[in-house]
Amino acid sequence: MNTMNATVTSEADMSETENTPLPETKPAEATIEEGVTVGQPFADDAKFQLRNVEVLYGENRAIKNISLDIARNEVIAFIGPSGCGKSTFLRCLNRMNDSIDICSVKGSLQLEGQDLYDPKRDVVELRARVGMVFQKPNPFPKSIYENVAYGPRIHGLANRKSDLDDIVENSLRKAGLWEEVKDRLDATATGMSGGQQQRLCIARAIAVSPEVVLMDEPCSALDPIATAKVEELIAELSESYTIVIVTHSMQQAARVSHRTAYFHLGHLVEVNDTNKVFTSPEHELTESYITGRFG
Amino acid sequence: MTDQKDDVYGDHISHKFNSELNELKTEFLKMGGMVEAQVEQAVKSLIDSDAELAEKTRLKDKEVDKLEKALDEEATLIIARRQPTARDLRLVISVIKMVADLERVGDEAKKIAKLALKLSEEGQAPRGYVEVRHISEHVLHMLHDSLDAFARLDSVQALQIMKEDKRVDEEYQAAARTLLTFMMEDNRNISRCMSVMGVLRALERVGDHACNIAENVIFMVEGEDVRHTPVEEAEKIVGG
Repeated sequence: MNTMNATVTSEADMSETENTPLPETKPAEATIEEGVTVGQPFADDAKFQLRNVEVLYGENRAIKNISLDIARNEVIAFIGPSGCGKSTFLRCLNRMNDSIDICSVKGSLQLEGQDLYDPKRDVVELRARVGMVFQKPNPFPKSIYENVAYGPRIHGLANRKSDLDDIVENSLRKAGLWEEVKDRLDATATGMSGGQQQRLCIARAIAVSPEVVLMDEPCSALDPIATAKVEELIAELSESYTIVIVTHSMQQAARVSHRTAYFHLGHLVEVNDTNKVFTSPEHELTESYITGRFG
Repeated sequence: MTDQKDDVYGDHISHKFNSELNELKTEFLKMGGMVEAQVEQAVKSLIDSDAELAEKTRLKDKEVDKLEKALDEEATLIIARRQPTARDLRLVISVIKMVADLERVGDEAKKIAKLALKLSEEGQAPRGYVEVRHISEHVLHMLHDSLDAFARLDSVQALQIMKEDKRVDEEYQAAARTLLTFMMEDNRNISRCMSVMGVLRALERVGDHACNIAENVIFMVEGEDVRHTPVEEAEKIVGG
Protein backbone atom coordinates (compact mmCIF):
# COMPACT_ATOMS: atom_id res chain seq x y z
CA MET A 1 0.00 0.00 0.00
CA ASN A 2 2.83 2.35 0.79
CA THR A 3 4.07 2.31 -2.74
CA MET A 4 0.65 3.09 -4.04
CA ASN A 5 0.20 6.09 -1.77
CA ALA A 6 3.70 7.36 -2.26
CA THR A 7 3.04 7.73 -5.96
CA VAL A 8 -0.22 9.51 -5.38
CA THR A 9 1.01 11.78 -2.64
CA SER A 10 3.63 13.15 -4.97
CA GLU A 11 0.85 14.21 -7.31
CA ALA A 12 -1.81 15.28 -4.90
CA ASP A 13 -2.39 15.34 -1.22
CA MET A 14 -3.68 11.99 -0.10
CA SER A 15 -1.85 12.08 3.19
CA GLU A 16 -4.86 11.37 5.35
CA THR A 17 -5.23 7.95 3.80
CA GLU A 18 -1.66 6.98 4.38
CA ASN A 19 -1.66 5.29 7.74
CA THR A 20 -5.06 3.72 7.69
CA PRO A 21 -4.95 -0.05 7.53
CA LEU A 22 -6.67 -1.53 4.53
CA PRO A 23 -9.92 -3.31 5.16
CA GLU A 24 -10.94 -6.53 3.42
CA THR A 25 -13.59 -6.07 0.76
CA LYS A 26 -16.01 -8.57 2.10
CA PRO A 27 -15.79 -10.47 5.34
CA ALA A 28 -14.00 -13.69 4.49
CA GLU A 29 -16.69 -16.32 4.14
CA ALA A 30 -14.11 -18.99 3.64
CA THR A 31 -15.85 -21.37 5.98
CA ILE A 32 -17.79 -24.38 4.80
CA GLU A 33 -20.82 -25.62 6.61
CA GLU A 34 -21.39 -29.29 5.94
CA GLY A 35 -24.41 -30.00 3.77
CA VAL A 36 -24.85 -26.33 2.91
CA THR A 37 -24.42 -25.27 -0.70
CA VAL A 38 -24.47 -21.60 -1.65
CA GLY A 39 -26.36 -20.52 -4.77
CA GLN A 40 -28.84 -22.62 -6.71
CA PRO A 41 -28.19 -26.33 -6.31
CA PHE A 42 -31.79 -27.27 -7.06
CA ALA A 43 -33.70 -27.25 -10.32
CA ASP A 44 -37.34 -27.55 -11.29
CA ASP A 45 -36.90 -30.02 -14.12
CA ALA A 46 -34.53 -32.45 -12.45
CA LYS A 47 -33.08 -35.39 -14.32
CA PHE A 48 -31.03 -36.40 -11.34
CA GLN A 49 -32.22 -35.70 -7.84
CA LEU A 50 -29.38 -36.26 -5.42
CA ARG A 51 -29.92 -35.80 -1.70
CA ASN A 52 -27.50 -36.06 1.21
CA VAL A 53 -25.04 -38.07 -0.82
CA GLU A 54 -22.04 -39.46 1.03
CA VAL A 55 -19.25 -41.48 -0.53
CA LEU A 56 -16.84 -43.38 1.66
CA TYR A 57 -13.60 -45.05 0.70
CA GLY A 58 -13.30 -47.29 3.73
CA GLU A 59 -13.27 -44.84 6.63
CA ASN A 60 -12.48 -41.88 4.47
CA ARG A 61 -15.39 -39.60 3.56
CA ALA A 62 -14.73 -38.49 0.01
CA ILE A 63 -18.13 -36.86 -0.47
CA LYS A 64 -19.73 -35.13 2.48
CA ASN A 65 -23.48 -34.70 2.50
CA ILE A 66 -24.05 -33.25 -0.94
CA SER A 67 -27.48 -32.41 -2.32
CA LEU A 68 -27.88 -31.38 -5.93
CA ASP A 69 -30.31 -31.46 -8.81
CA ILE A 70 -29.12 -31.89 -12.37
CA ALA A 71 -31.68 -30.51 -14.78
CA ARG A 72 -32.82 -32.05 -18.04
CA ASN A 73 -30.74 -30.95 -21.04
CA GLU A 74 -28.41 -28.83 -19.00
CA VAL A 75 -24.65 -28.80 -19.16
CA ILE A 76 -23.34 -28.69 -15.64
CA ALA A 77 -19.63 -28.41 -14.94
CA PHE A 78 -17.96 -29.73 -11.80
CA ILE A 79 -14.85 -27.80 -10.87
CA GLY A 80 -12.53 -27.78 -7.89
CA PRO A 81 -8.96 -28.53 -6.84
CA SER A 82 -7.53 -32.04 -7.16
CA GLY A 83 -8.96 -34.44 -4.64
CA CYS A 84 -12.08 -32.36 -4.00
CA GLY A 85 -14.37 -35.24 -4.92
CA LYS A 86 -15.74 -34.00 -8.22
CA SER A 87 -14.79 -37.15 -10.18
CA THR A 88 -15.95 -39.41 -7.34
CA PHE A 89 -19.30 -37.65 -7.37
CA LEU A 90 -19.56 -37.89 -11.13
CA ARG A 91 -18.88 -41.62 -11.00
CA CYS A 92 -21.79 -42.09 -8.58
CA LEU A 93 -24.14 -41.06 -11.34
CA ASN A 94 -23.70 -44.26 -13.33
CA ARG A 95 -22.37 -46.41 -10.50
CA MET A 96 -18.83 -46.52 -11.79
CA ASN A 97 -17.73 -46.60 -8.16
CA ASP A 98 -19.26 -50.06 -7.80
CA SER A 99 -16.07 -51.60 -9.09
CA ILE A 100 -14.13 -50.22 -6.13
CA ASP A 101 -14.54 -52.66 -3.25
CA ILE A 102 -13.99 -50.30 -0.34
CA CYS A 103 -16.23 -47.63 -1.81
CA SER A 104 -19.72 -47.19 -0.45
CA VAL A 105 -22.36 -44.67 -1.48
CA LYS A 106 -25.05 -43.37 0.90
CA GLY A 107 -27.96 -41.04 0.52
CA SER A 108 -30.69 -40.75 -2.05
CA LEU A 109 -29.67 -40.75 -5.71
CA GLN A 110 -32.53 -40.75 -8.17
CA LEU A 111 -32.64 -40.73 -11.93
CA GLU A 112 -36.09 -39.67 -13.06
CA GLY A 113 -37.52 -40.63 -9.71
CA GLN A 114 -35.92 -44.10 -9.67
CA ASP A 115 -33.31 -45.12 -7.16
CA LEU A 116 -29.93 -45.47 -8.85
CA TYR A 117 -28.63 -47.78 -6.14
CA ASP A 118 -31.60 -50.10 -6.02
CA PRO A 119 -30.02 -53.59 -5.71
CA LYS A 120 -32.45 -54.85 -8.34
CA ARG A 121 -31.35 -52.28 -10.85
CA ASP A 122 -29.58 -53.52 -13.97
CA VAL A 123 -26.28 -51.64 -14.01
CA VAL A 124 -25.62 -52.37 -17.66
CA GLU A 125 -28.95 -50.83 -18.60
CA LEU A 126 -28.19 -47.86 -16.33
CA ARG A 127 -24.87 -47.26 -18.05
CA ALA A 128 -26.59 -47.33 -21.41
CA ARG A 129 -28.83 -44.53 -20.16
CA VAL A 130 -25.99 -42.69 -18.48
CA GLY A 131 -22.98 -42.88 -20.77
CA MET A 132 -19.47 -41.86 -19.94
CA VAL A 133 -16.47 -40.36 -21.68
CA PHE A 134 -13.14 -40.57 -19.93
CA GLN A 135 -10.09 -38.38 -19.62
CA LYS A 136 -7.99 -40.40 -22.03
CA PRO A 137 -9.61 -41.63 -25.21
CA ASN A 138 -10.00 -45.39 -24.81
CA PRO A 139 -11.21 -46.84 -28.08
CA PHE A 140 -11.38 -50.61 -28.38
CA PRO A 141 -8.54 -52.00 -30.47
CA LYS A 142 -10.98 -52.63 -33.27
CA SER A 143 -12.19 -50.82 -36.35
CA ILE A 144 -13.85 -47.42 -36.17
CA TYR A 145 -17.13 -49.01 -37.19
CA GLU A 146 -16.94 -51.73 -34.54
CA ASN A 147 -16.19 -49.20 -31.80
CA VAL A 148 -19.47 -47.45 -32.42
CA ALA A 149 -21.48 -50.56 -33.32
CA TYR A 150 -20.48 -52.51 -30.23
CA GLY A 151 -22.88 -50.86 -27.77
CA PRO A 152 -25.99 -50.89 -29.94
CA ARG A 153 -25.29 -54.51 -30.79
CA ILE A 154 -25.00 -55.80 -27.23
CA HIS A 155 -27.99 -53.73 -26.15
CA GLY A 156 -29.99 -55.15 -29.05
CA LEU A 157 -30.76 -51.75 -30.50
CA ALA A 158 -30.42 -52.89 -34.12
CA ASN A 159 -31.87 -55.96 -35.71
CA ARG A 160 -30.48 -55.58 -39.16
CA LYS A 161 -27.11 -54.60 -40.52
CA SER A 162 -28.66 -51.57 -42.24
CA ASP A 163 -30.07 -50.34 -38.89
CA LEU A 164 -26.67 -50.68 -37.33
CA ASP A 165 -25.11 -48.82 -40.24
CA ASP A 166 -27.56 -45.99 -39.64
CA ILE A 167 -26.78 -45.82 -35.95
CA VAL A 168 -23.04 -45.76 -36.64
CA GLU A 169 -23.40 -43.03 -39.23
CA ASN A 170 -25.71 -40.93 -37.05
CA SER A 171 -23.51 -41.24 -34.01
CA LEU A 172 -20.41 -40.33 -35.96
CA ARG A 173 -22.23 -37.39 -37.49
CA LYS A 174 -23.37 -36.15 -34.10
CA ALA A 175 -19.83 -36.46 -32.85
CA GLY A 176 -18.67 -34.38 -35.81
CA LEU A 177 -16.47 -37.19 -37.03
CA TRP A 178 -18.36 -38.63 -40.00
CA GLU A 179 -16.76 -36.52 -42.71
CA GLU A 180 -13.30 -37.39 -41.46
CA VAL A 181 -13.76 -41.15 -41.21
CA LYS A 182 -16.56 -42.16 -43.60
CA ASP A 183 -14.07 -43.59 -46.09
CA ARG A 184 -12.14 -45.61 -43.58
CA LEU A 185 -14.67 -47.12 -41.23
CA ASP A 186 -12.76 -50.38 -41.29
CA ALA A 187 -9.49 -48.78 -40.28
CA THR A 188 -8.35 -49.46 -36.75
CA ALA A 189 -9.48 -46.84 -34.23
CA THR A 190 -6.16 -46.67 -32.45
CA GLY A 191 -4.59 -45.21 -35.57
CA MET A 192 -6.64 -42.03 -35.27
CA SER A 193 -5.40 -38.79 -33.73
CA GLY A 194 -6.11 -38.15 -30.04
CA GLY A 195 -8.85 -35.65 -30.78
CA GLN A 196 -10.50 -38.02 -33.25
CA GLN A 197 -10.26 -40.88 -30.78
CA GLN A 198 -11.98 -38.79 -28.13
CA ARG A 199 -14.76 -37.83 -30.49
CA LEU A 200 -15.04 -41.50 -31.42
CA CYS A 201 -15.50 -42.31 -27.74
CA ILE A 202 -18.23 -39.68 -27.61
CA ALA A 203 -19.82 -41.25 -30.70
CA ARG A 204 -19.60 -44.62 -28.98
CA ALA A 205 -21.24 -43.21 -25.87
CA ILE A 206 -24.13 -41.65 -27.76
CA ALA A 207 -24.64 -44.67 -30.08
CA VAL A 208 -26.72 -46.38 -27.40
CA SER A 209 -29.02 -43.31 -27.18
CA PRO A 210 -28.20 -42.35 -23.61
CA GLU A 211 -30.13 -39.68 -21.74
CA VAL A 212 -27.09 -38.41 -19.93
CA VAL A 213 -23.44 -38.18 -20.92
CA LEU A 214 -20.89 -37.93 -18.14
CA MET A 215 -17.54 -36.51 -19.15
CA ASP A 216 -14.52 -36.82 -16.92
CA GLU A 217 -12.00 -34.23 -18.12
CA PRO A 218 -12.72 -35.09 -21.75
CA CYS A 219 -10.26 -32.58 -23.17
CA SER A 220 -7.31 -32.79 -20.85
CA ALA A 221 -5.35 -34.95 -23.28
CA LEU A 222 -6.30 -32.94 -26.37
CA ASP A 223 -4.74 -30.04 -28.24
CA PRO A 224 -6.61 -26.71 -28.46
CA ILE A 225 -8.17 -27.39 -31.85
CA ALA A 226 -9.43 -30.83 -30.84
CA THR A 227 -10.63 -29.27 -27.57
CA ALA A 228 -12.56 -26.62 -29.47
CA LYS A 229 -14.21 -29.34 -31.55
CA VAL A 230 -15.24 -31.32 -28.49
CA GLU A 231 -16.59 -28.17 -26.84
CA GLU A 232 -18.57 -27.37 -29.96
CA LEU A 233 -19.90 -30.89 -29.81
CA ILE A 234 -20.94 -30.48 -26.18
CA ALA A 235 -22.97 -27.42 -27.13
CA GLU A 236 -24.74 -29.36 -29.88
CA LEU A 237 -25.31 -32.44 -27.77
CA SER A 238 -26.87 -30.41 -24.98
CA GLU A 239 -29.93 -29.97 -27.16
CA SER A 240 -30.79 -33.63 -26.71
CA TYR A 241 -28.75 -34.85 -23.76
CA THR A 242 -28.00 -33.89 -20.20
CA ILE A 243 -24.27 -33.41 -19.85
CA VAL A 244 -22.21 -33.48 -16.69
CA ILE A 245 -18.60 -32.50 -17.23
CA VAL A 246 -15.70 -32.58 -14.82
CA THR A 247 -12.97 -30.24 -15.94
CA HIS A 248 -9.73 -28.82 -14.66
CA SER A 249 -9.96 -26.01 -17.13
CA MET A 250 -12.01 -23.23 -15.60
CA GLN A 251 -12.14 -21.48 -18.94
CA GLN A 252 -13.69 -24.60 -20.39
CA ALA A 253 -16.31 -24.71 -17.65
CA ALA A 254 -17.02 -21.05 -18.37
CA ARG A 255 -17.36 -21.72 -22.08
CA VAL A 256 -19.48 -24.84 -22.20
CA SER A 257 -21.66 -25.08 -19.11
CA HIS A 258 -24.95 -23.55 -18.03
CA ARG A 259 -24.34 -24.11 -14.35
CA THR A 260 -21.09 -24.59 -12.49
CA ALA A 261 -20.65 -26.53 -9.27
CA TYR A 262 -17.63 -25.85 -7.11
CA PHE A 263 -16.36 -28.74 -4.97
CA HIS A 264 -13.94 -28.36 -2.09
CA LEU A 265 -12.60 -31.16 0.15
CA GLY A 266 -15.65 -33.32 -0.48
CA HIS A 267 -18.15 -30.49 0.04
CA LEU A 268 -20.28 -28.89 -2.61
CA VAL A 269 -19.56 -25.26 -1.83
CA GLU A 270 -21.43 -23.37 -4.50
CA VAL A 271 -23.65 -24.07 -7.48
CA ASN A 272 -24.69 -21.16 -9.62
CA ASP A 273 -25.34 -19.97 -13.09
CA THR A 274 -21.99 -20.19 -14.86
CA ASN A 275 -22.10 -16.50 -15.80
CA LYS A 276 -22.49 -15.61 -12.16
CA VAL A 277 -19.77 -17.96 -10.95
CA PHE A 278 -17.20 -16.42 -13.26
CA THR A 279 -18.14 -12.77 -12.75
CA SER A 280 -19.24 -12.56 -9.13
CA PRO A 281 -19.32 -15.84 -7.26
CA GLU A 282 -21.10 -15.91 -3.92
CA HIS A 283 -18.68 -17.95 -1.88
CA GLU A 284 -15.24 -16.74 -0.91
CA LEU A 285 -13.68 -20.14 -1.66
CA THR A 286 -15.15 -20.26 -5.16
CA GLU A 287 -13.78 -16.79 -5.74
CA SER A 288 -10.33 -17.76 -4.51
CA TYR A 289 -10.26 -20.86 -6.67
CA ILE A 290 -11.43 -19.38 -9.94
CA THR A 291 -9.20 -16.33 -9.62
CA GLY A 292 -6.18 -18.51 -8.97
CA ARG A 293 -5.60 -17.50 -5.36
CA PHE A 294 -5.46 -20.90 -3.82
CA GLY A 295 -2.78 -22.09 -1.48
CA MET B 1 8.35 -1.56 -1.59
CA THR B 2 8.00 -2.63 2.02
CA ASP B 3 7.36 -6.16 3.24
CA GLN B 4 3.73 -5.26 3.68
CA LYS B 5 1.35 -6.95 1.30
CA ASP B 6 -0.15 -4.25 -0.81
CA ASP B 7 -2.80 -6.34 -2.44
CA VAL B 8 -6.08 -5.97 -0.66
CA TYR B 9 -7.45 -8.94 -2.51
CA GLY B 10 -4.89 -11.43 -1.28
CA ASP B 11 -2.25 -13.22 -3.26
CA HIS B 12 -2.52 -15.20 -6.45
CA ILE B 13 -0.57 -18.35 -6.99
CA SER B 14 1.09 -16.46 -9.83
CA HIS B 15 3.24 -13.66 -8.43
CA LYS B 16 3.51 -12.16 -11.85
CA PHE B 17 -0.27 -11.87 -12.11
CA ASN B 18 -0.31 -10.28 -8.66
CA SER B 19 2.20 -7.68 -9.63
CA GLU B 20 0.44 -6.98 -12.92
CA LEU B 21 -2.82 -6.24 -11.13
CA ASN B 22 -1.04 -4.14 -8.52
CA GLU B 23 0.74 -2.23 -11.22
CA LEU B 24 -2.60 -1.52 -12.86
CA LYS B 25 -4.01 -0.18 -9.59
CA THR B 26 -0.95 1.89 -8.85
CA GLU B 27 -0.84 3.42 -12.30
CA PHE B 28 -4.54 4.18 -12.14
CA LEU B 29 -4.11 5.98 -8.83
CA LYS B 30 -1.17 7.84 -10.28
CA MET B 31 -3.33 9.02 -13.15
CA GLY B 32 -6.03 9.92 -10.65
CA GLY B 33 -3.61 12.01 -8.62
CA MET B 34 -2.49 13.71 -11.79
CA VAL B 35 -5.92 14.84 -12.94
CA GLU B 36 -6.86 15.81 -9.41
CA ALA B 37 -3.87 18.14 -9.33
CA GLN B 38 -4.75 19.35 -12.81
CA VAL B 39 -8.24 20.45 -11.77
CA GLU B 40 -6.89 22.05 -8.61
CA GLN B 41 -4.32 24.05 -10.58
CA ALA B 42 -6.81 25.03 -13.26
CA VAL B 43 -9.13 26.53 -10.65
CA LYS B 44 -6.23 28.20 -8.89
CA SER B 45 -5.02 29.73 -12.13
CA LEU B 46 -8.49 31.13 -12.69
CA ILE B 47 -8.95 32.61 -9.25
CA ASP B 48 -5.41 34.03 -9.09
CA SER B 49 -5.55 35.15 -12.74
CA ASP B 50 -2.31 33.25 -13.17
CA ALA B 51 -1.82 32.85 -16.94
CA GLU B 52 1.42 30.95 -16.54
CA LEU B 53 -0.14 28.32 -14.30
CA ALA B 54 -3.12 28.05 -16.66
CA GLU B 55 -0.80 27.33 -19.57
CA LYS B 56 1.11 24.77 -17.53
CA THR B 57 -2.13 23.03 -16.58
CA ARG B 58 -3.25 22.94 -20.15
CA LEU B 59 -0.06 21.21 -21.25
CA LYS B 60 -0.31 18.64 -18.47
CA ASP B 61 -3.10 17.04 -20.43
CA LYS B 62 -0.63 15.34 -22.77
CA GLU B 63 0.85 13.38 -19.87
CA VAL B 64 -2.61 12.30 -18.76
CA ASP B 65 -3.44 11.13 -22.26
CA LYS B 66 -0.24 9.13 -22.35
CA LEU B 67 -1.09 7.40 -19.09
CA GLU B 68 -4.57 6.67 -20.37
CA LYS B 69 -3.15 4.78 -23.32
CA ALA B 70 -0.61 2.94 -21.17
CA LEU B 71 -3.30 1.84 -18.72
CA ASP B 72 -5.60 0.65 -21.49
CA GLU B 73 -2.79 -1.35 -22.97
CA GLU B 74 -1.89 -2.89 -19.63
CA ALA B 75 -5.53 -3.87 -19.04
CA THR B 76 -5.78 -5.40 -22.52
CA LEU B 77 -2.64 -7.43 -21.93
CA ILE B 78 -3.93 -8.74 -18.61
CA ILE B 79 -7.12 -9.91 -20.29
CA ALA B 80 -5.17 -11.54 -23.10
CA ARG B 81 -2.61 -13.22 -20.88
CA ARG B 82 -4.50 -14.07 -17.73
CA GLN B 83 -8.17 -14.34 -18.62
CA PRO B 84 -9.09 -12.83 -15.28
CA THR B 85 -12.31 -13.91 -13.59
CA ALA B 86 -14.58 -12.65 -10.82
CA ARG B 87 -13.08 -9.77 -8.78
CA ASP B 88 -9.98 -9.64 -10.98
CA LEU B 89 -12.16 -9.35 -14.06
CA ARG B 90 -14.27 -6.67 -12.39
CA LEU B 91 -11.14 -4.77 -11.44
CA VAL B 92 -9.75 -4.80 -14.98
CA ILE B 93 -13.06 -3.91 -16.61
CA SER B 94 -13.65 -1.11 -14.09
CA VAL B 95 -10.20 0.31 -14.58
CA ILE B 96 -10.76 0.47 -18.33
CA LYS B 97 -13.95 2.43 -17.76
CA MET B 98 -12.62 4.64 -14.99
CA VAL B 99 -9.56 5.56 -17.02
CA ALA B 100 -11.91 7.05 -19.59
CA ASP B 101 -13.55 9.07 -16.83
CA LEU B 102 -10.22 10.33 -15.56
CA GLU B 103 -9.20 11.33 -19.02
CA ARG B 104 -12.40 13.33 -19.37
CA VAL B 105 -11.71 15.00 -16.04
CA GLY B 106 -8.36 15.98 -17.49
CA ASP B 107 -10.18 17.47 -20.48
CA GLU B 108 -12.44 19.48 -18.19
CA ALA B 109 -9.38 20.80 -16.35
CA LYS B 110 -7.93 21.80 -19.70
CA LYS B 111 -11.16 23.59 -20.54
CA ILE B 112 -11.05 25.50 -17.25
CA ALA B 113 -7.42 26.42 -17.84
CA LYS B 114 -8.28 27.79 -21.29
CA LEU B 115 -11.12 29.87 -19.87
CA ALA B 116 -8.79 31.05 -17.11
CA LEU B 117 -6.36 32.25 -19.77
CA LYS B 118 -9.12 34.08 -21.61
CA LEU B 119 -10.46 35.68 -18.45
CA SER B 120 -7.03 36.75 -17.26
CA GLU B 121 -6.42 38.46 -20.61
CA GLU B 122 -9.69 40.37 -20.30
CA GLY B 123 -8.64 41.40 -16.81
CA GLN B 124 -11.95 42.57 -15.37
CA ALA B 125 -13.23 42.32 -11.82
CA PRO B 126 -14.04 38.74 -10.84
CA ARG B 127 -17.67 37.67 -10.90
CA GLY B 128 -18.94 34.33 -9.66
CA TYR B 129 -15.54 33.26 -8.35
CA VAL B 130 -16.96 32.54 -4.92
CA GLU B 131 -19.27 30.00 -6.54
CA VAL B 132 -16.42 28.56 -8.60
CA ARG B 133 -14.30 28.12 -5.51
CA HIS B 134 -17.14 26.56 -3.61
CA ILE B 135 -18.10 24.03 -6.28
CA SER B 136 -14.49 23.24 -7.10
CA GLU B 137 -13.80 22.38 -3.48
CA HIS B 138 -16.80 20.13 -3.46
CA VAL B 139 -16.04 18.23 -6.67
CA LEU B 140 -12.35 17.92 -5.87
CA HIS B 141 -13.33 16.38 -2.61
CA MET B 142 -15.56 13.93 -4.46
CA LEU B 143 -12.84 13.07 -6.94
CA HIS B 144 -10.35 12.55 -4.15
CA ASP B 145 -12.77 10.36 -2.24
CA SER B 146 -13.62 8.31 -5.31
CA LEU B 147 -9.93 7.50 -5.80
CA ASP B 148 -9.63 6.80 -2.12
CA ALA B 149 -12.64 4.47 -2.28
CA PHE B 150 -10.94 2.70 -5.19
CA ALA B 151 -7.67 2.31 -3.30
CA ARG B 152 -9.45 0.94 -0.23
CA LEU B 153 -12.19 -0.92 -2.12
CA ASP B 154 -14.63 0.94 0.09
CA SER B 155 -18.14 0.70 -1.36
CA VAL B 156 -19.66 2.66 1.54
CA GLN B 157 -17.48 5.65 0.76
CA ALA B 158 -18.32 5.23 -2.93
CA LEU B 159 -22.02 5.33 -2.14
CA GLN B 160 -21.50 8.60 -0.28
CA ILE B 161 -20.05 10.11 -3.46
CA MET B 162 -23.08 9.03 -5.45
CA LYS B 163 -25.22 10.94 -2.96
CA GLU B 164 -22.99 14.02 -3.11
CA ASP B 165 -23.48 14.31 -6.84
CA LYS B 166 -27.04 15.54 -6.42
CA ARG B 167 -25.87 18.33 -4.14
CA VAL B 168 -23.29 19.45 -6.68
CA ASP B 169 -26.04 19.65 -9.28
CA GLU B 170 -28.06 21.87 -6.93
CA GLU B 171 -25.07 24.07 -6.24
CA TYR B 172 -24.47 24.40 -9.96
CA GLN B 173 -28.07 25.49 -10.54
CA ALA B 174 -27.81 28.06 -7.75
CA ALA B 175 -24.51 29.41 -9.10
CA ALA B 176 -25.97 29.67 -12.60
CA ARG B 177 -28.83 31.74 -11.22
CA THR B 178 -26.40 34.06 -9.47
CA LEU B 179 -24.46 34.57 -12.68
CA LEU B 180 -27.70 35.25 -14.49
CA THR B 181 -28.45 38.12 -12.12
CA PHE B 182 -25.00 39.59 -12.80
CA MET B 183 -25.73 39.43 -16.50
CA MET B 184 -29.09 41.11 -16.06
CA GLU B 185 -27.57 43.85 -13.92
CA ASP B 186 -25.18 44.94 -16.62
CA ASN B 187 -24.99 43.43 -20.07
CA ARG B 188 -21.28 44.17 -20.30
CA ASN B 189 -20.91 41.28 -17.85
CA ILE B 190 -22.41 38.78 -20.25
CA SER B 191 -19.33 37.57 -22.08
CA ARG B 192 -17.38 37.21 -18.90
CA CYS B 193 -20.19 35.52 -17.03
CA MET B 194 -20.61 33.05 -19.87
CA SER B 195 -16.97 32.06 -19.46
CA VAL B 196 -17.42 31.56 -15.75
CA MET B 197 -20.53 29.56 -16.50
CA GLY B 198 -18.34 27.35 -18.70
CA VAL B 199 -16.01 26.82 -15.77
CA LEU B 200 -18.91 25.88 -13.51
CA ARG B 201 -20.24 23.50 -16.10
CA ALA B 202 -16.81 21.84 -16.39
CA LEU B 203 -16.63 21.47 -12.62
CA GLU B 204 -20.07 19.98 -12.50
CA ARG B 205 -18.91 17.43 -15.08
CA VAL B 206 -15.90 16.58 -12.90
CA GLY B 207 -18.40 15.72 -10.18
CA ASP B 208 -20.25 13.46 -12.62
CA HIS B 209 -17.05 11.63 -13.48
CA ALA B 210 -16.19 11.19 -9.81
CA CYS B 211 -19.65 9.72 -9.42
CA ASN B 212 -19.00 7.31 -12.33
CA ILE B 213 -15.78 6.20 -10.68
CA ALA B 214 -17.67 5.63 -7.44
CA GLU B 215 -20.22 3.49 -9.28
CA ASN B 216 -17.42 1.41 -10.72
CA VAL B 217 -15.91 0.94 -7.27
CA ILE B 218 -19.25 -0.42 -6.07
CA PHE B 219 -19.28 -2.77 -9.06
CA MET B 220 -15.76 -3.94 -8.26
CA VAL B 221 -16.53 -4.58 -4.62
CA GLU B 222 -20.12 -5.80 -4.69
CA GLY B 223 -20.32 -7.28 -8.18
CA GLU B 224 -23.49 -5.29 -8.91
CA ASP B 225 -23.87 -2.66 -11.58
CA VAL B 226 -25.37 0.43 -9.91
CA ARG B 227 -25.31 2.71 -12.93
CA HIS B 228 -28.70 4.22 -13.73
CA THR B 229 -29.92 2.86 -10.43
CA PRO B 230 -31.69 4.97 -7.80
CA VAL B 231 -29.47 5.73 -4.82
CA GLU B 232 -31.87 3.86 -2.52
CA GLU B 233 -31.27 0.65 -4.45
CA ALA B 234 -27.53 1.18 -4.50
CA GLU B 235 -27.79 1.66 -0.75
CA LYS B 236 -29.40 -1.76 -0.39
CA ILE B 237 -26.67 -3.37 -2.49
CA VAL B 238 -23.88 -1.78 -0.50
CA GLY B 239 -25.62 -2.33 2.81
CA GLY B 240 -26.54 -5.94 2.09
